[in-house]
Amino acid sequence: MKVVVVDYGMGNLRSVAKAIEHVAPTAEVRVSSAAAEIRAADRVVVPGQGAMPDCMRELSARGLRDAVIRAAAEKPFLGICVGLQMLFGHAEEGNVMGLEILPGRVPRFPEAAMAAPDGSRLKVPHMGWNQVHQAEAHPLWDGIADDARFYFVHSYYVEPLDPEVIAGSTHYGIPFTSAIARANIFAVQFHPEKSAQAGLRLLGNFMRWNP
Amino acid sequence: MLAKRIIPCLDVNAGRVVKGVNFVELRDAGDPVEIARRYDDQGADEITFLDITASSDDRDIILHIVEAVASQVFIPLTVGGGVRQVDDVRRLLNAGADKVSMNTAAVNNPQLVADASARVGAQCIVVAVDAKQTSPGRWEVFTHGGRKNAGLDAIEWARTVESLGAGEILLTSMDRDGTKAGFDLALTRAVADAVGIPVIASGGVGNLQHLADGVTEGRADAVLAASIFHYGEFTVRQAKEYMRARGIEVRL
Repeated sequence: MKVVVVDYGMGNLRSVAKAIEHVAPTAEVRVSSAAAEIRAADRVVVPGQGAMPDCMRELSARGLRDAVIRAAAEKPFLGICVGLQMLFGHAEEGNVMGLEILPGRVPRFPEAAMAAPDGSRLKVPHMGWNQVHQAEAHPLWDGIADDARFYFVHSYYVEPLDPEVIAGSTHYGIPFTSAIARANIFAVQFHPEKSAQAGLRLLGNFMRWNP
Repeated sequence: MLAKRIIPCLDVNAGRVVKGVNFVELRDAGDPVEIARRYDDQGADEITFLDITASSDDRDIILHIVEAVASQVFIPLTVGGGVRQVDDVRRLLNAGADKVSMNTAAVNNPQLVADASARVGAQCIVVAVDAKQTSPGRWEVFTHGGRKNAGLDAIEWARTVESLGAGEILLTSMDRDGTKAGFDLALTRAVADAVGIPVIASGGVGNLQHLADGVTEGRADAVLAASIFHYGEFTVRQAKEYMRARGIEVRL
């Protein structure tokens, strides 16, 4: 089985590839920025770190936009962090549009909601281990306890228009969507490749998933 | 709720962990990979490597260490020490680091923080602030391992690096470092309240109460310690159980 980790020049792709190799030692894991390889893959992972405008620009500059949209339409697809955010429409970060595969927008954590009970303020980026409440059973949650903790690093979050796609939610000042699922797409705001056992389990589930 | 993080810190010199790490049944007390894996098993939320390699000939060794650790330990890794240019940041991230910490280089060239943040994202950029109290209620920034006064107010500097694009501050009290007398809580709280980005408290941890105080009194988002974990006095898990018993949210 061939899984391609889409390389569009942003962030730490090596860790994603290593984590997948760790849970699926027999799979062929490729980090690639070739549209043809993405088209030929059995599964596609779109990670992403950094600023949304840079990610969108790099995706287009490398001619990967269509290949990613196609992959999201037809094969097991895992989006991570910005790889989740880019599935939606308007992003407050840099005032850019995502791929618009799912209706919704990507706002920043609102300053006004960031007051902690002890009078201090919640910091942005939301950085560290937070709980993910599973909205529904899903093959990618298999073997992962509800409210398990995953590692997050982000300042923006997705706000889907269709509540049906929400697969997980997290609270940080406000409740926000931390995982979405629709057909062959699963995408998460947290970093499974950095989330110890729970994250490795999710990646293993993805590699076994047959939507 | 977001958990407060506990971060063991390892000093690495030419590829070996210095300061003895005293775990039961550790085969090689100097092997960064084995030690990192042990901390991961104990439930560490992140691991920080501080590269103290003096010789520039040996500087690339840390990249191999990061590669080796990142292929086996699936929690966030921060690497600091010797970062001078954006390219150093990129090479560490490409090797598998999640965050890169800079101190002296940021003071000498604040534009480096802005350039690195613009290139790789604020979430990857940690600015280490080494602070010493110079008069009541005033702390100044020191570089070169605490030997050189940069002539900057620590709280102002923290605000400055936030505006330049740092994603996190690693705040070390040079007065407390190595004393086991606990964090400088006034300093920690002053900086934590001054910025909107997470602050890691460091310097002076001698017992578990100190870790809890860093969060409750110091309002730190994370606490970093070295010797209490290295010498087997406490495990990370014990530290978390202690903090949880005091009402602090932790990942257990």
